[in-house]
Amino acid sequence: MAETGFWSGYAIPFLLILGYILAIVVPLLVTVAYVTYFERKVFGLMQIRKGPNVVGPFGLLQPFADGLKMLMKETIVPAGANRNLFLLAPIITFTLGMVGWAVIPFDEHLVLADINVGILYLFAVSSLGVYGIIIAGWASNSKYAFLGSLRSAAQMVSYEVSIGFVLVTVLLCSGSLNLNDIVHAQEDLWYFIPLAPMFIIYFISALAETNRTPFDLPEAEGELVAGYQVEYSSLAFTLFMLGEYANIVLMSGLCVILFFGGWLTPFDVEPFTWIPGVVWFLFKTALIIFLFTWTKATFPRYRYDQLMRLGWKVFLPISLAWVVITAGALHLFGWMP
Amino acid sequence: MTLISNSVRSWFLTELASGMGIIFKHMFHRKATLNYPHEKGAISSRFRGEHALRRYSNGEERCIACKLCEAVCPALAITIEAEPRDDGSRRTTRYDIDMLKCIYCGFCQEACPVDAIVEGPNFEFAAETREELYYNKEKLLANGDRWEKEISMNLSKEAPYR
Repeated sequence: MAETGFWSGYAIPFLLILGYILAIVVPLLVTVAYVTYFERKVFGLMQIRKGPNVVGPFGLLQPFADGLKMLMKETIVPAGANRNLFLLAPIITFTLGMVGWAVIPFDEHLVLADINVGILYLFAVSSLGVYGIIIAGWASNSKYAFLGSLRSAAQMVSYEVSIGFVLVTVLLCSGSLNLNDIVHAQEDLWYFIPLAPMFIIYFISALAETNRTPFDLPEAEGELVAGYQVEYSSLAFTLFMLGEYANIVLMSGLCVILFFGGWLTPFDVEPFTWIPGVVWFLFKTALIIFLFTWTKATFPRYRYDQLMRLGWKVFLPISLAWVVITAGALHLFGWMP
Repeated sequence: MTLISNSVRSWFLTELASGMGIIFKHMFHRKATLNYPHEKGAISSRFRGEHALRRYSNGEERCIACKLCEAVCPALAITIEAEPRDDGSRRTTRYDIDMLKCIYCGFCQEACPVDAIVEGPNFEFAAETREELYYNKEKLLANGDRWEKEISMNLSKEAPYR
């Protein structure tokens, strides 16, 4: 084939990829909407309440009612704001919450882009997440938004470091940056058993990374009103919300891939192997999301200096030490993949 | 020893875990939620809600226009005008309560010598305009007719303590 035609060479692959993207993003958005419902319901139960139960059966239509309400509101751009950046920031946050899903393997071959540097890509995407927030804070031209975004930037940068070391440990054990290979490396033993401390550090850092309690200082309602989101309304706010929750789901999904064997069945015997890998993956992700919600319902907010101390003086040394220990153990016992 | 136990506790996050355990148990507690418009909580017989002017069982209104309620009202919410009626009895021609001024202290019903003005058990009288909450005599008497059963039950329950 010396010459590829327009259709077979470009248009059809393009449409195909577009279809795949839609097939991932649309269910993802619905999932994100229902994560908010799930969260409210779990909070309710944990606070001895019932949670949303009025809109639709068991309140199941609540996310759509919320979304519709958001869409009907007026988009307000503050007079002193930098209009373009102000509107760009939520788009960045939302987009970054979505693009990470390109490399997440839902099942053995169910992945949009099976690239060899998948985990590096995810790390890059999650590092970029801070831009949406800091641009939002700066462009709002409001002191609360600015303080919130500064806190968020410092926090995300700090915890990114320990997440990086956690990823390095997992990479040492699996010997690949490809998420599929990482999952395959866990066929005998899920990594949360040998790497339990790293799982805990990853989880706590993920809480900080996604600005969740006890690390939700950027939006601390009590002091900063809502931090970087304070000037946002309507669709822009919705995009922030969606991006934030998509990030939580992404972090949970990554956690499942790194420590809980992705789509693998917990027991390689008859009744468990009947269930397809996608279901296992989603089920495990839901459990991690539940863990996120559970911590949010349990713990109060950290003070800012405590947050920084935990990040730099506790997590960084521990994760660094654990990288060395893991590497040493792998080398010593010849377990190197 | 305390150093060791303290460091074990902080390294293994035992306190965080036990806190999470307590919260998890709460998921299975009986819910305190009341589905409000469909379910309502119990109200004390001393509850001070919306005002009502009562009547005697023969339909005659109780109020004798003594204006004690007007005098005792700390929020100056009550306005009364009175004139002798054709049969010579003293009655109000105007009995207004500004429900927006009212602080629901219950002094009016305590001051009333004939149990005419009372605060009933109704608390769901929110309105969309201010004007709807300027109650006049007609509205108050209508309230009295509507809530008479509950009000008289509450009054008889409270009778021993008055």
